[in-house]
Amino acid sequence: MKKAEALLAWLDSRTGYKQLLNEALYENVPGGARWRYVWGSTLTFTFFVQVITGIFLWMAYSPNSHGAWESVFYIQNQMWGGWLLRGIHHFTAQAMTILLVLHLLQVVIDGAYKAPREMNYLFGMVLLVCVLGLSLTGYLLPWDQKGYWATKVATNIIAVTPFIGPALQKIVIGGNDYGHLTLTRFFAIHAGVLPGLMIFFIALHVYLFRKHGLHAKEPKRKPDAKFWPDQVLMDAVACLAVMTVVLFFVLKPRLFDDGMPGAHLGPPADPTEAYSAARPEWYFMFLFQFLKAEWLVKLFGHNGELVGAIIIPSIAITILAAMPFIGKWKLGHRFNLGFLAALFAGAGLLTYLSFAEDRGKPEFAASVKQAEHESERLRHLALANGIPQEGAVALMRRDPLLEGPKLFAKNCASCHRYDGHDGMGNKSTDGQTAPELKGVGSREWLAAFLDPKHIATSNFYGSTRFANTKMVKFVQKDVAEFNAAQKEQLRAVIAAVSAEAALPTQRSLDANDKALIETGRIAIRNEAMRCIECHQFRKEDDAATAPDLTGYASREWLMAIISDPKHPRFYGRRNDRMPSFGEEKILTREQIGLLADWLRGDVEIKVVER
Amino acid sequence: MDEKCHCDCKNAPPDRRGFLKRFSAGFLGTLAMLGPIGAGLAVLLDPLRRKVDQTGTVVQVTTLLSLPEDGIPRKFPIVASHVDAWNRSAASPIGAVYLRRVKGKPVQALNVVCPHAGCFVDYAAAKNSYLCPCHNSTFSLDGAINDPNSPSPRALDELTVEIRNTNEVWVKFQNYRAGVTAKIPA
Repeated sequence: MKKAEALLAWLDSRTGYKQLLNEALYENVPGGARWRYVWGSTLTFTFFVQVITGIFLWMAYSPNSHGAWESVFYIQNQMWGGWLLRGIHHFTAQAMTILLVLHLLQVVIDGAYKAPREMNYLFGMVLLVCVLGLSLTGYLLPWDQKGYWATKVATNIIAVTPFIGPALQKIVIGGNDYGHLTLTRFFAIHAGVLPGLMIFFIALHVYLFRKHGLHAKEPKRKPDAKFWPDQVLMDAVACLAVMTVVLFFVLKPRLFDDGMPGAHLGPPADPTEAYSAARPEWYFMFLFQFLKAEWLVKLFGHNGELVGAIIIPSIAITILAAMPFIGKWKLGHRFNLGFLAALFAGAGLLTYLSFAEDRGKPEFAASVKQAEHESERLRHLALANGIPQEGAVALMRRDPLLEGPKLFAKNCASCHRYDGHDGMGNKSTDGQTAPELKGVGSREWLAAFLDPKHIATSNFYGSTRFANTKMVKFVQKDVAEFNAAQKEQLRAVIAAVSAEAALPTQRSLDANDKALIETGRIAIRNEAMRCIECHQFRKEDDAATAPDLTGYASREWLMAIISDPKHPRFYGRRNDRMPSFGEEKILTREQIGLLADWLRGDVEIKVVER
Repeated sequence: MDEKCHCDCKNAPPDRRGFLKRFSAGFLGTLAMLGPIGAGLAVLLDPLRRKVDQTGTVVQVTTLLSLPEDGIPRKFPIVASHVDAWNRSAASPIGAVYLRRVKGKPVQALNVVCPHAGCFVDYAAAKNSYLCPCHNSTFSLDGAINDPNSPSPRALDELTVEIRNTNEVWVKFQNYRAGVTAKIPA
């Protein structure tokens, strides 16, 4: 014990730490510790939390356009406690913004910004801007669709700055377009420049705070107290409360069982895919909404963005910064309070309006739902087989479940339908002029096709040039008059043709009905069924004039018909309007394969063995 | 206690009766930091969870035709499927081997990594031996340490070779821990 004391005495004689500690801890709190003084300490606390969690995240994050999303995915899904670490960092950032506002309100309402504390107030303003800069830069780093498109808007706004705008934008994003250098720059600003500035200004802020002493709220209700432990205890309770709220938000999805805990990670940034639900972080939503205001455009024309995004916010920040000086006038303090009230009421209203507007838009909800579907699917894909070096977007493009519907919507849905929609769940504006393709090749689909009530509807041949062909007449006349035995035969024929597809969704059905399928294969050649009058089935037939039933709706068959419906194996010269997607090089073989897999429901993730 | 303190007692020792207050302040403050620090440490220690692949990667390196008859070693890259954190690739360069024909067995394969400190060992044609450029470990052509002053704790790591389809050379590639006498997969 003596030795320890001696060691500390030696340390004190060399560093003078005891006095420093005393000064730090035994600061006088006039009027006693109070809850209203905790905001500054909670902000320091959140800053420390961000530095600590940020440095640990840094150890796993990779800032490049093929690795940023991927490394965040790895942190989130494959590292010990990664979701928790990222969740705390994400929600503490939001807590920090709220605490900043509370701190600002407390300082202004209490008049703590007045002389001699003007400089300290200004340092606080610098810290405020730094924190907003941190949220803006941090939002891009996961490189998901949401952050990518929202930040693009922000950096495009930079470009409307007079004179230096375009150059400034280039410097900020590290080139002409988003890419590796955007991420390295944003990351350097986020993890280096801004935290460094903040440490400097926090030091100044705390130094001046100690120099001028705590600004006591009058009237003093109690005798003076010391910072330690009286005020520290209150501060600690407040910090713990902040952390509890943060952890609540991190765990919320798990507590209420509606998803992955932690911060959300959307699908990876993709410049070729729109994301109409891209929004900035919620506390920037008022600005986002403000820029949508029609009067900006009406009053300022194409300068509306400049005025709304740069000039008006600059004026607001300037007034905020000038508050200590405005406060010197007779009615200055009241003006400041009124200005703050108006500012926050306005921002609050705009925030409410923007969320209300989004809630009212079905496209917004659809876009969010689609993004969730994509990120969930991608999570399974990446966990099963890892991510290729080209990045997660490449993984998405190779997945039939994600890419199939997009290809269908772009290339097929102007005539075909998938379950009545365009593949992506949207109603198509074009009239349906070609068959419904959901479940193509399945027994249900074939049974509907061979149903006298259905074949001539627009779900099948009704709106095509085949509306009056032999096939339709056969179904409407012959099939309509089938007796019970023939109906049974037709059922077998359907089972047999459907078995050609070997659909993964019908695997067990096909395996259980071997006898029925065998009967059907024979029945196809039966005269009453009349199939081989026009079709070819499992036997070369040069005279066949209708699509080949061999391998009907199998992967190979579907790819071939999408590639070239004009081929004699399918519709030949009688082909209706369908383009030869492969022959005419509209789609690549890989894309056609994805379409075929998706239409066949062959979307199960296969784990590739190393 | 508060009454005692509103004079100028800036450097007074903390009041002992305030122990509970001090303890609670410290305890609650620590509690608030537990989540962030705990989650951070978990991520920091995550690599400890990643197991060493001890089965090796069996990969075709070359054919017998490209190996000189006279037993001079030749260097070949090992290209195999590889997992690097989030990335998985079917064909990545993961290391290299020296292959040479020897009497008695068809081919000898040596991992190019020096067992001393993990540098890439050169084949020195003039001395007809392997030389590590970092700390001058030397090895004879069969991989054995050929100088008592060599800092390497063991011979170059020999890998299992299999000849398939008369002339395909397949190697079971594996790295071993550097700096120790035992051959421990790493």
